[in-house]
Amino acid sequence: MRMPRLTALLTATAVFTTALTLAASAAEVHVLNWKGYGADEPWAIAAFEKATGNKVVNDFFNSEQEMLTKLRTNPGLYDVVMINAAFNDQAMSEKLIQPIDTSKLPNYADISKDKAGSPMLDHDGKVYGVPWVWGLTALAINEKSFDKPPTSIAEMWDPAHKGRVVIRDDAVEAVQFGAIATGQNINDIKDMDAVKTKLTSLMPQIKTFWSSENDWNQMVASNQIDIGTYWSGSADRAKTHFKLPVSLVIPQEGAVAWLDAFSIPVGSKNVAGAEAFINYMIDPKFYVEWVTKVGAPVSANTKAVEALPEDAFNRKVMGDPDVAKRIQFQAPITDAQREAYLALWQQLKVDVK
Amino acid sequence: MAEGAAASRGGLGKALPLLAPAYLWLTVAIFLPLSAMVFFSFMTDLPLTGKPWAFTLGNYAAFFSQSLYLTLLLASLRLGLEVTLWCVVIGYPAAYVLAKVLKGRSREAIFLLVILPFWSNGLVRIFSWAMVLREGGILDAALNAVLPFKINIDLMYSYPAVIIGLVHSYVPYMVLTCYLTLQAIDDSLIEAGRSLGASRLQVLKRVIIPLSMPGLVAGAALIFVPVVGSFMEPRILGGRTGTFYGTVIEDQFVAVFNWPLGAALSFILLAVVLVILAVASPVLRRAA
Repeated sequence: MRMPRLTALLTATAVFTTALTLAASAAEVHVLNWKGYGADEPWAIAAFEKATGNKVVNDFFNSEQEMLTKLRTNPGLYDVVMINAAFNDQAMSEKLIQPIDTSKLPNYADISKDKAGSPMLDHDGKVYGVPWVWGLTALAINEKSFDKPPTSIAEMWDPAHKGRVVIRDDAVEAVQFGAIATGQNINDIKDMDAVKTKLTSLMPQIKTFWSSENDWNQMVASNQIDIGTYWSGSADRAKTHFKLPVSLVIPQEGAVAWLDAFSIPVGSKNVAGAEAFINYMIDPKFYVEWVTKVGAPVSANTKAVEALPEDAFNRKVMGDPDVAKRIQFQAPITDAQREAYLALWQQLKVDVK
Repeated sequence: MAEGAAASRGGLGKALPLLAPAYLWLTVAIFLPLSAMVFFSFMTDLPLTGKPWAFTLGNYAAFFSQSLYLTLLLASLRLGLEVTLWCVVIGYPAAYVLAKVLKGRSREAIFLLVILPFWSNGLVRIFSWAMVLREGGILDAALNAVLPFKINIDLMYSYPAVIIGLVHSYVPYMVLTCYLTLQAIDDSLIEAGRSLGASRLQVLKRVIIPLSMPGLVAGAALIFVPVVGSFMEPRILGGRTGTFYGTVIEDQFVAVFNWPLGAALSFILLAVVLVILAVASPVLRRAA
């Protein structure tokens, strides 16, 4: 007598809970992104929720590997995921993300053609990623240490800056930086020994390895460094938001460019909400507010960039056609390459001890 | 015989409710995650990643196939020894003064100062050191304000900075363990030694240090083991010299998401530390 009643009760509870979950998730958009990277700005979420009635639930990752793991282990949980274009191919081939119907995104038409047509995001004529923002890993200088900004990457090796140079503690970034310094293609490094030699000679110049924007800004604020690798968006933020004497240098040898895009995971329970969210993220109104209030990389939406003031860094410097010629966009990296880069970087760090 | 066994079983039965919470906690919170880590360390890939995986010894082989891990392990062991040594040099006299010289209120006040670092967050402590040690920082500015000549102190991002940060974090362990054993030494033993004609140095060497040895050994073990695996202090204070065994393990877990290799490196460290403690224990036991 007892068992059936218990079973019935359990079933009822289960059904009820499922119904509740479904009802709740129908209006929720689960977003997976870096922390503090636009999609979790409270004013933006409030505006989006008010406009569409969807509730935004943010979740974060600390590395691309963690992001992929979260997608693999939580199928159906996320509706929107921000993926660096270099990882889009891997996510697609593992069937973690689904094709996006761009006709549902009114702002998609304004995305610059070279970004929207990127072979990293489009596979077999289907769009797997909506370009959001792009930026550079270039050099930034402490304005107090320079009369006029340097133009060459060789400045990092100048003995005058010994002990006042920084580089990010990231194997891929370091190796690609070495590739640019030795005049190679970052996506097809032929002469790894040259990269190693070049980086080895850089190590004694280095003060420390930075890992967060805060590290960099602190060291400039206390005038401890002259020059180092830095992200374009961060340099902009340091100058406009924190009023630090920082300016970005895009060396004549070139710089590493990256493209971030939004995708919709396979199994998303709220594809319509996801499309609305992505469309909002590439909207000029959101972008201008993001740049003004916080500081941001360059939008992939040409209309959004045009909505910035004419002398805005993201429009004037980053939009310069001369810059476009110098930069190299990061292509996907295999696991084997990644491990080789890490081994090289660790060895360099040990040798300098 | 049978009665004795029954009695001891009864004793265990009574003790069980008292022991159970601690052992349950140890099982759930330490033993299970640690065994999971042992398991991971023999895998090619984490099952969590959803990729196919297999058992392998490759993660342990990686340690031996590349010289850099051994180099770093030796550097970390040296760091552990140096920090422990400085903790003894700084902590032992302080513990002696606390146990034998100061009494009452002043002892409480000094004691409070010693354990104060325990109450603050580790990261906060390290960032405070960063402010003190850097060029143009508090130490530099203060010394230049006092001294008639100009000196340039920039200890930040160097090996000494790592030592300073770690010694500051761990010296309270040494003070506490030594204080406990020093306090237990009967003052009349010291007086007896003195009245029998021993100099102060002889009393220290023949009476005080031997009797407080258990505290010194316990403190040294408490400090040495975590310092060898430390990663936060070297990373923040060490700059380009701050790569140690612990930071490489942290990279495996945080930066490149290679848990199996990170776990294998951790267990190699654990094994090395256990071997060191095992080899040292007869010597230490005799000394104690």
